[in-house]
Amino acid sequence: MFDFEVLYEARSVSNAIELLCQHPKAKIIAGGSDLLIKIREGKETGLELVSIFTLDELRGVSIKEDGTLCILPLTSFSNVIKSPVIQENFGVLAQALSQAGGPQIRNIATIGGNICNGVTSADSASTLLAWDARLELTGPSGVRLLHIEDFYLGAGKVDLKPAEILTAILIKKESYSGYFGHFIKYSMRRAMDIATIGCSVNVKLSEDKKAISDARIAFGVTGPVPRRAPTAEAAARGKAVSLETVEEFAAAAQADINPRTSWRATREFRTHIAKEMAKWALIESIKLAGGELQ
Amino acid sequence: MSVGKSVTRVDAVDKVTGMAKYTADIFPPGTLSAKIVRSTIAHGRVLSIDTSEAEKVPGVVKIVTCFDVPKNYFPTAGHPWSTDPAHQDVADRLMLTDRVRFYGDDVAAVIATDDIAAARAARLCKVEYEEYPFVLDQVEAMQEGAPQLHEAYPNNILAHTSDSWGDWEEAVSEPGLLCLDKWYDTPVVQHCHIENHVCCAYMEGGRVTVISSTQIPHIVRRIVGQALGWPWGKVRIIKPYIGGGFGNKQDALYEPLCAYLTTVVGGRPVKIDMSREETFTCSRVRHAIRYRLVTYFRRDGTFVARSMEEYSKQGAYASHGHSIAAKATSGFAQLYKCKAYKFDAYTVFTNTPVAGAMRAYGMPQVTFAMESHIEDIAVMLGMDPIQLRKKNLMDVGFVDDFAGTVNHYDSHGQCIQKGSGYIGWEEKRRKYRNQTGPVRRGVGMSVFWYNTGVWPISLEVSACRMVLNQDGSIQLMIGETEIGQGADTVFAQMAAETVGIPVEKVHVASTQDTDTTPFGLGAYASRQTYVGGMAIKQTGEMLKSKILRHASKLSGLPENMLDIKEGKIVHKETGQALMNLGELATHVLYSLEESEHIAAESTYQCKSNAYSFGCSFAEVEVDIPMCRVKVLNIVNVHDCGTLINPKLAEAQVHGGMSMALGYALGEQLLFDEKTGRPLNNNFLDYKIPTAIDHPDLGADFVENPEPTSPFGTKALGEPPAVPGAPAIRNAILHATGVAIDNIPMTPHILFERFKEEGLI
Amino acid sequence: MRTKTVRCTVNGVPVEKTVDVRASLADMLRDDYALTSVKIGCQVGECGACNVLIDGECYNSCIYLAVWAEGKSIVTVEGLKGKDGLLHPIQQAFVEEAAVQCGFCTPGLIMTALSLLNSGKKYTRQELRYEISGHLCRCTGYENILTALEKAINRRDNGE
Repeated sequence: MFDFEVLYEARSVSNAIELLCQHPKAKIIAGGSDLLIKIREGKETGLELVSIFTLDELRGVSIKEDGTLCILPLTSFSNVIKSPVIQENFGVLAQALSQAGGPQIRNIATIGGNICNGVTSADSASTLLAWDARLELTGPSGVRLLHIEDFYLGAGKVDLKPAEILTAILIKKESYSGYFGHFIKYSMRRAMDIATIGCSVNVKLSEDKKAISDARIAFGVTGPVPRRAPTAEAAARGKAVSLETVEEFAAAAQADINPRTSWRATREFRTHIAKEMAKWALIESIKLAGGELQ
Repeated sequence: MSVGKSVTRVDAVDKVTGMAKYTADIFPPGTLSAKIVRSTIAHGRVLSIDTSEAEKVPGVVKIVTCFDVPKNYFPTAGHPWSTDPAHQDVADRLMLTDRVRFYGDDVAAVIATDDIAAARAARLCKVEYEEYPFVLDQVEAMQEGAPQLHEAYPNNILAHTSDSWGDWEEAVSEPGLLCLDKWYDTPVVQHCHIENHVCCAYMEGGRVTVISSTQIPHIVRRIVGQALGWPWGKVRIIKPYIGGGFGNKQDALYEPLCAYLTTVVGGRPVKIDMSREETFTCSRVRHAIRYRLVTYFRRDGTFVARSMEEYSKQGAYASHGHSIAAKATSGFAQLYKCKAYKFDAYTVFTNTPVAGAMRAYGMPQVTFAMESHIEDIAVMLGMDPIQLRKKNLMDVGFVDDFAGTVNHYDSHGQCIQKGSGYIGWEEKRRKYRNQTGPVRRGVGMSVFWYNTGVWPISLEVSACRMVLNQDGSIQLMIGETEIGQGADTVFAQMAAETVGIPVEKVHVASTQDTDTTPFGLGAYASRQTYVGGMAIKQTGEMLKSKILRHASKLSGLPENMLDIKEGKIVHKETGQALMNLGELATHVLYSLEESEHIAAESTYQCKSNAYSFGCSFAEVEVDIPMCRVKVLNIVNVHDCGTLINPKLAEAQVHGGMSMALGYALGEQLLFDEKTGRPLNNNFLDYKIPTAIDHPDLGADFVENPEPTSPFGTKALGEPPAVPGAPAIRNAILHATGVAIDNIPMTPHILFERFKEEGLI
Repeated sequence: MRTKTVRCTVNGVPVEKTVDVRASLADMLRDDYALTSVKIGCQVGECGACNVLIDGECYNSCIYLAVWAEGKSIVTVEGLKGKDGLLHPIQQAFVEEAAVQCGFCTPGLIMTALSLLNSGKKYTRQELRYEISGHLCRCTGYENILTALEKAINRRDNGE
């Protein structure tokens, strides 16, 4: 039994927005794998909840006519992983989500909920950032688009306006076409664990596979919000495919991050591991892209 | 023959179909929910509790605070009572306390009609404290000026023991000796049985009944009586199936408070259903123990003098207290020979969760320290670790003067041979010798010994009752408990073997009810198969002789010509079946001349003990830059005497090895240095290994029958948890050349050590 | 709006009960349907003891609201025994392989095992480890559980 006050079950997206307008203090519950736990801990009591869990219109993965990848927010981790569209075009996201929780958690946890929690350790976050995902947010005054990096405002804080709902996660064709990526989750266990650091890297190689046309990297847990590492990206962009480039990229990544010391890990440890992860994630990405490293 | 076969668990079908009932499955209708108000400081005194807001919560039935409960101090440890006050456990607990000694101590209890009302009201109780300074570390707690937890124990020292033999000064003055002097440390860990502790109490006929998830119903009955100040006969404990215990439930946990709470609501049923977070810090934990070990040895590897300083973290209350540290001292003393030996052992109160019994009772701690130390000596000498151990291990024929326990066989040699073969020791020690590069492999090993039961430190006794049914089956009632290890099944096998009936004809009454179940001490000390086996054998023989007496009358043949085989009375010489037991039982019970309900009951007091031996071998892969260890392969080999049920024995070993993996690599309870608050008391942040963190687990046995044991068996419940951690530690040392002297060997620890050694 | 009538199928039988909207599915199954195989070990989805099948997929019922079960088909271990009273092959494999000790994690694990069996797929032992990693067991080291799973899957594929 959960100690909340009232549960409103939305019948549609517009109904959910109405309910949120009528009950401005209400929180949205999607799969609940995060919020129900907070309620049970007594961190959130006496809440009003608007459940969007049953809105099947917010489930599914597709490719739009212009080639944009569209992931609807209530799609469970499991269904994102299983999606042929994702497996074909965006396998690294499946790779990242496969490392979240365990099978039962991946069945209930939604990708939208994972983003809207605003936690830096979210297993989807670094990959979506590294692939330039944009978010479609629907509210009483209509729909707006936002780059995912701008959505994260601070630890646990996201740019969700009153009565607004995340209604799609979009990745443009130019953001994924020709890119190959690898994700590494560093955690104390291989399942049912929170990331000590998450790192997602992807590259686009020149036609002869000898140079890196573009490289993108994002980290989770190296700061209060998941972030790209622009210095590292610049250090690799246009460079030859080589182990020297990989080392320079990894070293530069350290300049971009600002992890903190907590009981879970020290700043020094996270910084060391982040460098190693950047290195291996780039190596694997280059290999996937058909590049060769000596 | 029933003993020695892998018969199916007697409870397996009930457990795979959801039929098996655990405490939370049998709450009486209308059971009230109690939640405990816990201290939010690590040390201090409750000045007042304002319950006015809490009382207003709809559904609240009653709130009791530390100022309301009787001031009967009681001990909680699941030890047999001693009539000698000097041997009684320390009585330092109250059901609720105004003097709080750790973050989460029991201050008040709210009883309500449902969980939410109880939890809400508990949050609304306003507790005013006077705060005292606190201390979390056991060595700091011993220093002058440290905060004091209990007035009766200056410098927080619950107990200090020391002993020695030989002439230390003379021994160490031998010319040319080498010496290793090192510290080793082990963490606070928790049992993590998947069923939290839960109990439910109600009153009937002026008596109180507590249904509890406990390993020790008869002992809990005594403690509830002591806590309430009631005659013990007015207390009844019922123990249904339990979802694991591992020693945590070898303590009176919330049964006394629960029993008290039903008395303040007119006997209505009240439950205390601990949350996972509470189980982590408000039940019991394993003692964190720090060691300083010093060994003087010759260049040929012979140990000359050995010493140990031991500092055991007790936490806030005495519970099992110094027994754990004391067991560890004997573990250190007996395993290896030397000319001179000494130890100092301290058990020290700290403002942390209460440490009690946990699987293998001090041996995982001391074995980590000792077997790491031995390995470090092998490295100093450039000697093969197995050769070094063999040179110094306890001799065959060794007799423990105190307990009279005898080392009858070369169990260690035999176990090591099997283990080293399994892991490919010789080849891999060579192959992994000169590795470079970021990812390296290594193999390591550890030996251990363990006692069987607690004689002569304390009482060993077990009582058993068998009743012959009219279908020729028997009911077996015994005070020893099934906690998942398979006790009921091996009891059934031993009873079947003794009486001469098929194992499926033995019905084990799994639930202990202290009103009807014969006295037994319960599941701890790896004692039940040994001591319970003695009671079963004795009682079974009594039952058999009663049956044969009747059979003799009915058949006209002398008793000594008769036997029972496969449930039938047979002629000893011809093997001819004369009647089956069902016919006999029916005839005798309904006889109009001489009716008898054929039953037997007896108590067996055990006055012996037995050494259980074995080893673990592990192979690891270490990714140095990533600071990660992967266990590739691990095996335990045990000599626990004759196996009663090989398949269940193997399963028991797997479980202990799994615990050792967590102990080695991930598990530890952490506390905030500034407040004493627990940081990771949940399954997400406390890292017990999942299935994918496990390698395949190898379990093997050497079966040397134990002469003192009725079925040749000895300790196996706890020992599997002992040798894994040092074997893994020694494998990491072999792979990287880096000795890690504290567990768990997390990536954080590896990072620090690899940096110190210049590997990263 | 503190209560709601939830209609669903439980172990093959269409049922309905009025439940507190704050109830978890585990609460409803245990308290309203007496399905006590649904065990509570952590209440936050970390241990897997409360795992049940909802429309054929595994969910930790402790963090699934009872009201979300509307229209769904739920299966617990109590629903596995055949009409003839025989154990389901996965239950039988757990019994034979001594994959059961204290039994508290067993029902949840059996439901995951059932979903793997029903998937028709083959799994390596390592893949099985991944598939059961949402369950904590403190007694078995998972060894015999994996063996039981392999046995049941082999029997499925051999048409036994």
